[in-house]
Amino acid sequence: MATTTTSVDEVQQKDVWNGGVSPLKASYGKLMMWFFLLSDAFSFSSLLISYGFIRYSYPAYPDEADNFEFSQEYWPIPEKVYEAVPFLHGVELPLVFVGIMTFILILSSVTMVLAVEAGHRMDRKAVVKWMLWTILGGITFLGCQAWEWAHFIHGTEAGGLLPDGSVFFGANLMQNQYGPPLFASLFFFITGFHGFHVFSGVVLNLIIFYQASVGVLEKRGHYEMVEKVGLYWHFVDLVWVFVFTFFYLI
Amino acid sequence: MGELDETSTVVYQPADKAKIRKLWKIALIMAVITAIEFVFATVLPRGPLLYFTFVALTIVKAFYIVAEFMHLKGEVKTLIWSILIPCVFVIWLVIALLAEGASIFDVRF
Repeated sequence: MATTTTSVDEVQQKDVWNGGVSPLKASYGKLMMWFFLLSDAFSFSSLLISYGFIRYSYPAYPDEADNFEFSQEYWPIPEKVYEAVPFLHGVELPLVFVGIMTFILILSSVTMVLAVEAGHRMDRKAVVKWMLWTILGGITFLGCQAWEWAHFIHGTEAGGLLPDGSVFFGANLMQNQYGPPLFASLFFFITGFHGFHVFSGVVLNLIIFYQASVGVLEKRGHYEMVEKVGLYWHFVDLVWVFVFTFFYLI
Repeated sequence: MGELDETSTVVYQPADKAKIRKLWKIALIMAVITAIEFVFATVLPRGPLLYFTFVALTIVKAFYIVAEFMHLKGEVKTLIWSILIPCVFVIWLVIALLAEGASIFDVRF
């Protein structure tokens, strides 16, 4: 953190990356964030591709989607599993809630770009305002996910038949009313891993929000930290776009 | 903080309205695509054609996020390619594991 007290021009003139230039015309922090995100993209790809792999090794529901019933015999149709919305008990609204969650995350991504843009203009007030909106969006998303998990774990009123003939409600890592147990495991792992990323993103955003509001970043002479956490935050949004398609839509 | 306010010589530039409008426009496009996906999921019959549409729309959204929100478009070419080229491994894994899953299905059922 030696650069905190020097201005950005001074740093650029001297030893950008010690060799006098900055490789790929990007700062060290931003470049490393990009490569970290690339590796993180591999982790998420592996999880989602595992979902495809396991789904392909199970039979699909053979009949019309309208007649769908939960069974251990075939892979469930996701839109028949995720059709509940808070405060609307018993109403079938497939994918409505998860659509709202997607929308919230996209919006918080927009407020994040606006914070980055304000940072370029050294507009502290605007950075603080948009960072706060971003954090609120993230927390709202996490709240929605908590509800989604709670509903999935507790299950529907009718429950589902297990192979031994008993009725089971909801899902855990061993048993699952919606279909093969692996369906629930993949739900927990994929949305859980993503949710943990959202949580870390909110924590990082809070730190930078604090630093921006007390003037640490202004004293430093640039708002690059906002850009770096911004990259991370957009990546979390990007992953959700893929989770939405491959877990909920298809 | 108070000290900073008195001594600070930081001048902030006024907001570029066109730039901000463009960002909101991209947000609108993404919201519309999500809405279209949602409508397709409830209206159209399930099948390969629908899945293909979903994947295509997802890639459009991904492009907007990476290119515009993450500003990858504005980086140097080498950086763009060093992020994009490694993603062929993902394509390889998709093909390999889906084929593997299909043959496990054949063995089991």
